[in-house]
Amino acid sequence: MTATTSAPTTRRLTTARAMSEGIAQEMGRDEGVFVMGEDVGAYGGIFGSTGGLLEKFGATRVLDTPISETAFIGLGIGAAVEGMRPIVELMFADFFGVCMDQIYNHMAKIHFESGGKVRVPMVLTTAVGGGYSDGAQHSQCLWGTFAHLPGMKVVVPSNPADAKGLMISAIRDDSPVVYMFHKGVMGLPWMAKNPRATGPVPEEPYGVPIGEAAVVREGADVTVVTLSLSVHHTLDVAEEMSSRGVGVEVIDLRSLVPLDTATVLNSVHKTGRLVIVDEDYQSFGLSGEIAARVAEVDPRMLRAPLARVAVPDVPIPYARTLEQAVLPTRERITAAIDGVLSQ
Amino acid sequence: MDSDIRVELYRMMVLIRTYEEAILREYHADKQPVFDIGAGLVPGEMHLSAGQEPVAAGVCAHLGSGDAVTAPHRPHHVAIAHGVNLDAMTAEIFGRETGLGRGRGGHMHLFDPAAHFSCSGIIAEGMPAALGQAFAFQRRGTDRVAVAFAGEGAANQGAFHESLNLAALWKLPVVFVIEDNDWGISVPRSASTSVPSNGVRGAAYDIPGERVPDNSVEGVHQAAGRAVARARAGQGPSLIEVHTLRLWGHFEGDPQAYRDDLDGVPGRDPIPTYESTLTEAGLLDPERISKIHEDASVRVEQAISFAKDSPIPSGEQARDHVFAQEAHR
Ligand SMILES: Cc1ncc(C[n+]2csc(CCOP(=O)(O)OP(=O)(O)O)c2C)c(N)n1
Repeated sequence: MTATTSAPTTRRLTTARAMSEGIAQEMGRDEGVFVMGEDVGAYGGIFGSTGGLLEKFGATRVLDTPISETAFIGLGIGAAVEGMRPIVELMFADFFGVCMDQIYNHMAKIHFESGGKVRVPMVLTTAVGGGYSDGAQHSQCLWGTFAHLPGMKVVVPSNPADAKGLMISAIRDDSPVVYMFHKGVMGLPWMAKNPRATGPVPEEPYGVPIGEAAVVREGADVTVVTLSLSVHHTLDVAEEMSSRGVGVEVIDLRSLVPLDTATVLNSVHKTGRLVIVDEDYQSFGLSGEIAARVAEVDPRMLRAPLARVAVPDVPIPYARTLEQAVLPTRERITAAIDGVLSQ
Repeated sequence: MDSDIRVELYRMMVLIRTYEEAILREYHADKQPVFDIGAGLVPGEMHLSAGQEPVAAGVCAHLGSGDAVTAPHRPHHVAIAHGVNLDAMTAEIFGRETGLGRGRGGHMHLFDPAAHFSCSGIIAEGMPAALGQAFAFQRRGTDRVAVAFAGEGAANQGAFHESLNLAALWKLPVVFVIEDNDWGISVPRSASTSVPSNGVRGAAYDIPGERVPDNSVEGVHQAAGRAVARARAGQGPSLIEVHTLRLWGHFEGDPQAYRDDLDGVPGRDPIPTYESTLTEAGLLDPERISKIHEDASVRVEQAISFAKDSPIPSGEQARDHVFAQEAHR
């Protein structure tokens, strides 16, 4: 299922289009795959994740739901238990509060509690992230929260090709997969975007393995471990720094559960310096987890103390000046890399 | 109905519409020629309430500033009708230090303790708070009431049903107001709701429930009058649904391609309709109408200027206000 393309891909898609193409191809292949959520039908997903699916597959397989997340996510779980492969959209990850019980006590635990006898092959897609002043209830990443709770895989694509490949892998996976897409990587026409939100995507179906990070830029001086929209910011910074003669190695985690520790360790072993860039809250989360994985193996790999660029344990503020002060911006990433290199 | 009240209802609806039109203008002013949701003086999602004025005006006419109101993600009409500080609310929408939440909250998160007003962007989750406010009013032996506003989409959420049951069980002085504007973003009511009227859902919890079918401000005023009186008299909660109108998109920038009812919308605007009614009744004339519009416009532009002239919060203070700094007593 890994990506093998016969000819170099020139066709370019937005991340949103790549996601919905992956879904469409799996729906064409497997009658059991269906899509459900708020505004996934005629609207095509508020962030474009299900664009064109209603037209292709009709309202029996692409279902708009009432605003009843507990009921429809629970419905997805039940359908998955009976062998279907639901793709259920929670419009914003921030809304998990109204339905988390179905997610973490049911979707994530049924396989374990049944001694492995009951499978829940379901994909829960959800939009994350801020940067456009949507305030404290519509801007959070929260992937650390999902990844913390055992029983669900968590994937977080940063670009179109991975978005399609991870979607196909998630649908085919026999475990529940939480698929978290940052609004800022979708390539939406109505939101400021990084040019990397559009990119080459192979036309045929392919999978990106869940649990494999990608070294998206090589460099000898410092490792930056990151994910999602922050990958784009970090690559921008790395490009800028290379003109100053600094080699930044950038790792896009792509999956949080399972976490590809080996790729992180190999890189840190090489560079001896580590910066973790995470748009989630700083404490008790992803950045601490990465630091712990390094420290558990050999803290002497680090030639300087590591640095974290994350949201400093404050809800995401509305006003632009305040929001930009807490998000992992290029300025904060640059400062952190400079800080680590100066020691 | 009392003539002064009728004119007052009209005046309030005009003030709300004038406000929403001004926010519409300011919101889009610097998102041209390409719409970018994060750009401009007022960034982020913007849910405006044009068409829904009768609900806010009709209900809040029965409330004093001691009564509590909770609103959802589409809060401006309710906030204005309940007397939320207009300057501070506008400054919040502009993300300024003088805003209700010092620029931290934004338009879905308006908190005005003086008016016992709050709102939330999570569907139906503002409703339980109204129970707590009603509980406090009841325990303190007052006749104050709490009113929870939400869209018809919210009536399919667990928090709505749990709140109705608990409020009924404890006879809390709460009024639940459902604004049925036919749409939950792109999902028509017919595709989301199993009953033709949310009013009937009151029966499930043994409380009065009714539906005002025509977006008439006087119909709302009468229904709310009964419900608020019941609550003040200690007879417990009531449920009102109003069939209202979403005149504009779900949020600004919504292309509304899904919307099949747009042709019928202009004739359904409640404000011209009520204006004709009051004109025929001899309560309004062109001169009075333009004076009411002018006053509204002056007030609204004053609030917009206040907001624009207010300081932008400094990034240095981005970590403030997570916890209370001083002991309460
Ligand atoms: C728990 C939750 N689910 C979904 C959303 C996304 N959302 C915001 S507004 C909206 C539609 C709400 O419809 P309705 O309650 O009828 O209010 P209206 O927007 O029509 O005023 C949805 C689904 C949300 N904010 N919270």
